[in-house]
Amino acid sequence: MITVENVSKTFTLHNQGAAEISVMRDASLSVAAGECVALVGASGAGKSTLMRMIYGNYLTQSGRIMVGDLDVVTAAPRQVIQLRRTTLGYVSQFLRVVPRVSTLDVVAEPLLATGSDRDHAMQRAEALLLRLNIPERLWQLSPTTFSGGEQQRVNIARGFAYPYPALLLDEPTASLDPTNRATVLEMILQAKARGVAIIGIFHDHAARDEICDREFDVTAFTPDRSV
Amino acid sequence: MTPLLQVEGIAKMYGARIGCTDVSFDLFPGEVMGVVGESGSGKSTLLNCLAGHLQPDAGAVCFDTRAEGLRDTVTMSEPERRMLSRTDWAFVHQHARDGLRMNVSAGGNVGERLMAVNARHYGEIRDKAIDWLGRVEISADRIDDRPTAFSGGMQQRLQIARNLVTGPRLVFMDEPTGGLDVSVQARLLDLLRGLVREMGLSAIIVTHDLAVVRLLADRLMVMKDGHVIESGLTDQVLDDPQHAYTQLLVSSVLQV
Repeated sequence: MITVENVSKTFTLHNQGAAEISVMRDASLSVAAGECVALVGASGAGKSTLMRMIYGNYLTQSGRIMVGDLDVVTAAPRQVIQLRRTTLGYVSQFLRVVPRVSTLDVVAEPLLATGSDRDHAMQRAEALLLRLNIPERLWQLSPTTFSGGEQQRVNIARGFAYPYPALLLDEPTASLDPTNRATVLEMILQAKARGVAIIGIFHDHAARDEICDREFDVTAFTPDRSV
Repeated sequence: MTPLLQVEGIAKMYGARIGCTDVSFDLFPGEVMGVVGESGSGKSTLLNCLAGHLQPDAGAVCFDTRAEGLRDTVTMSEPERRMLSRTDWAFVHQHARDGLRMNVSAGGNVGERLMAVNARHYGEIRDKAIDWLGRVEISADRIDDRPTAFSGGMQQRLQIARNLVTGPRLVFMDEPTGGLDVSVQARLLDLLRGLVREMGLSAIIVTHDLAVVRLLADRLMVMKDGHVIESGLTDQVLDDPQHAYTQLLVSSVLQV
């Protein structure tokens, strides 16, 4: 489902003496449907960078990143937009939403954006918020004022609203209490069982062991910083 | 898929000074494109060339017309272009007073656009005006008030209703949230996002506010000194900018 072939990434900081920072060289990774792979490596090794390259959020200098039939590296913006709408979901660590929009609408948006009718989208959003223990009295409020854990659960609800065949998860269980953590792990396992290809970053080792089939150490592809 | 708008090599000079030059892009149905840059970068000049308010010195602006497919709006006759701007295009000005008739009632402002495309039945026009005022969150009992009695945010929402009532396919927006306070901006952004999604609109939004484009635009074009220096997916351009100027622009934003 997701195939990364020989990708490299360099940041050029024009306003800091045109410093060139090579962060990844010749990384390759393949994730099949129904498989969950954990990206591991020390902080700064390039886990999030690789995830963002797969999502098309960072440009990739060389190599190929196939998600389904689309090469994200060379795809036009509108193809990437379409891919994100219907194929590739992304649960980031941070919730970024239009202020003033209700939590229900935030969660239902990926469904509305793909043409689901409003009733169905709202029902699905309600079910997800219920499952993730977001109190009903908060549903009509904007999540911008919620606690960190609540925002993260809203973010997860939003990420799971549409049945994407591929998912990127960036620390989905960080800052969750044990009950909610168990719920999120169960949701991830169910997605796996449905055949979703998942790439995740988990600093929570127990969670990683429970849901991931294998680990991919990005350190092996981090160029030597001393040169 | 046919692009809704195909722009090729647009250039506009002001004497020896470059307004904008060598601008080319395709805009597809349902896409929202942001154009950012500082004052004087040529973004408003470009928008006015695209919308037919300014005659470009070079280039083509091909629009996918309902009847005849792609037509160059730069070379078409003035009446044809004016018809398009009434039926298929909308232009939301930064200052609502530039896009509204300030001495005509709110209902009249919305109804006038309908009459321009040959709506004649008074009751239907009024009903549609009330419906649209509701959609932009202006209560029906304000229908007979003039825009001069409205707040800045309400004026801007009225301008949007006036522009969208005829069901355009392409909306040009020049700093649509400029000059509004932050809470009103948020409300307007939410409204615009909903309308874009429900009506399947394509839009080109010129702004200097990077937070606005992040929330509204699928794609982004960065302009400097009349040139497009970088373009791509909005979040990619903002999170992984390639050009020195874009990096400076992004890193200059204050984090809140």
